[in-house]
Amino acid sequence: MVFEACSLKWAGAGIKRELQTSTNKLQTLNPTAQHIWSLLEAVSDPEIPVLSVLDLGVVRDVQVQDDGRIDIAITPTYSGCPAMDVIAMDIRLKLIEKGYRNVQVRQQLSPAWTTDWMTESGKQKLRAFGIAPPNPKQQFCATDMFQEETVQCPRCDSWHTELISQFASTACKSMYRCHDCKEAFDHFKCH
Amino acid sequence: MNKELFEYTLHLADNALILGQRNAEWCGHGPALEQDIALTNISLDLIGQARLLYQYAADQYNAMDVGGQAAVAALLPKPWKEFNRALQEDDLAYLREERQFRNLLITELPKGDWAMTILRQFFFSAFQYLQYQQLQQSSDATLAAIADKSLKETAYHLRWSGEWVIRLGDGTAESRRRIEAALADLWMFTGEAFVPAAFETGIAPDPAALRSAWDERIGSVFAEATLDVPATGTWSQGGGKRGVHTEHLGYLLAEMQVLQRTYPNMTW
Repeated sequence: MVFEACSLKWAGAGIKRELQTSTNKLQTLNPTAQHIWSLLEAVSDPEIPVLSVLDLGVVRDVQVQDDGRIDIAITPTYSGCPAMDVIAMDIRLKLIEKGYRNVQVRQQLSPAWTTDWMTESGKQKLRAFGIAPPNPKQQFCATDMFQEETVQCPRCDSWHTELISQFASTACKSMYRCHDCKEAFDHFKCH
Repeated sequence: MNKELFEYTLHLADNALILGQRNAEWCGHGPALEQDIALTNISLDLIGQARLLYQYAADQYNAMDVGGQAAVAALLPKPWKEFNRALQEDDLAYLREERQFRNLLITELPKGDWAMTILRQFFFSAFQYLQYQQLQQSSDATLAAIADKSLKETAYHLRWSGEWVIRLGDGTAESRRRIEAALADLWMFTGEAFVPAAFETGIAPDPAALRSAWDERIGSVFAEATLDVPATGTWSQGGGKRGVHTEHLGYLLAEMQVLQRTYPNMTW
């Protein structure tokens, strides 16, 4: 049932993650909605192409209306993230390609996106891509100054790393350097 | 939907847009690549917040009855009337005139040197952080959702600018001279945020209630930066919330709005 997926949505990131990644659990969804979720697996983040929009945790809801219209709710990672408009368009294009003509993608702001919604497989893909994923438990995500999160180098696995800048090539990342392999790398910062 | 809510939404949006535009002037000119990127990231966050708020203001207007629309007519962009379509976010950002903007004066001041930009960002972020916290509790669900979303971004802005205030204040003789000069110029613009405007009497939370928490934040960062906090309760500049601006806003708008002014209703 679609409704069941909806209510589960609020129960927390863990359950949501299960819903998105485990095929068994998807059996409880409306068959069309289930199919849509599986199609969304193939829509990637335009800025970090190894991640699907499901890995990123930005798809919050898929509803199939009685008249066949597909309603998809996505939530922005950051308010100004230019990828969001592209993601909305890519989702629509993917579904049109698969024969779904009546698709509406709307923006849902609340509850606000958090890196906790990123899937485990997404974090592994990020690391393989050379971006340090957010830590499993957020260490530090507040206004306290001069604190550094301990981040593991995605290249050599060393923890001997240092923050260069809290802001990096995209809104969702910070910049680190590794003291062992001497490489600079991006970190998907906690949010 | 009412006039006060519409004007308040524009006020929040204008603050974010104008400061975002100002900070974007550093793009390609930052003192180091990382800091250049930091400021442009902050700009991007602020412009994103402004977009959400302008979209909401446009939705409010489009849902108003004739009487409601007449009550806010003075705030609308003149060229839009000839477009014969619903109001959109870009109309509000790119086609309103100086006197129709409701941003705080501190957001429109020229970027100055690095110390000026840093200290202004710190003063503003410290205020915006408290304001968004307050708005999270708003009975207006959309404003509460936008505040909830934006607060985490503002936390990063506050942390970054606060660290730089400490670095500059407790740094070299030159950095200290510069931040003290910036403080002398900026302090008289900090009081405006806490004086409620006419539109801050209804749905909007009372900004005066944020003053003590703001003072506390400034005091603790300044103490670490070894800077003296100027006397509070002294005379303050004001007018931005009524549309009475410094001479600097007009120049900023001229640059920001030139494309839509030249080709009204143009889209990519």
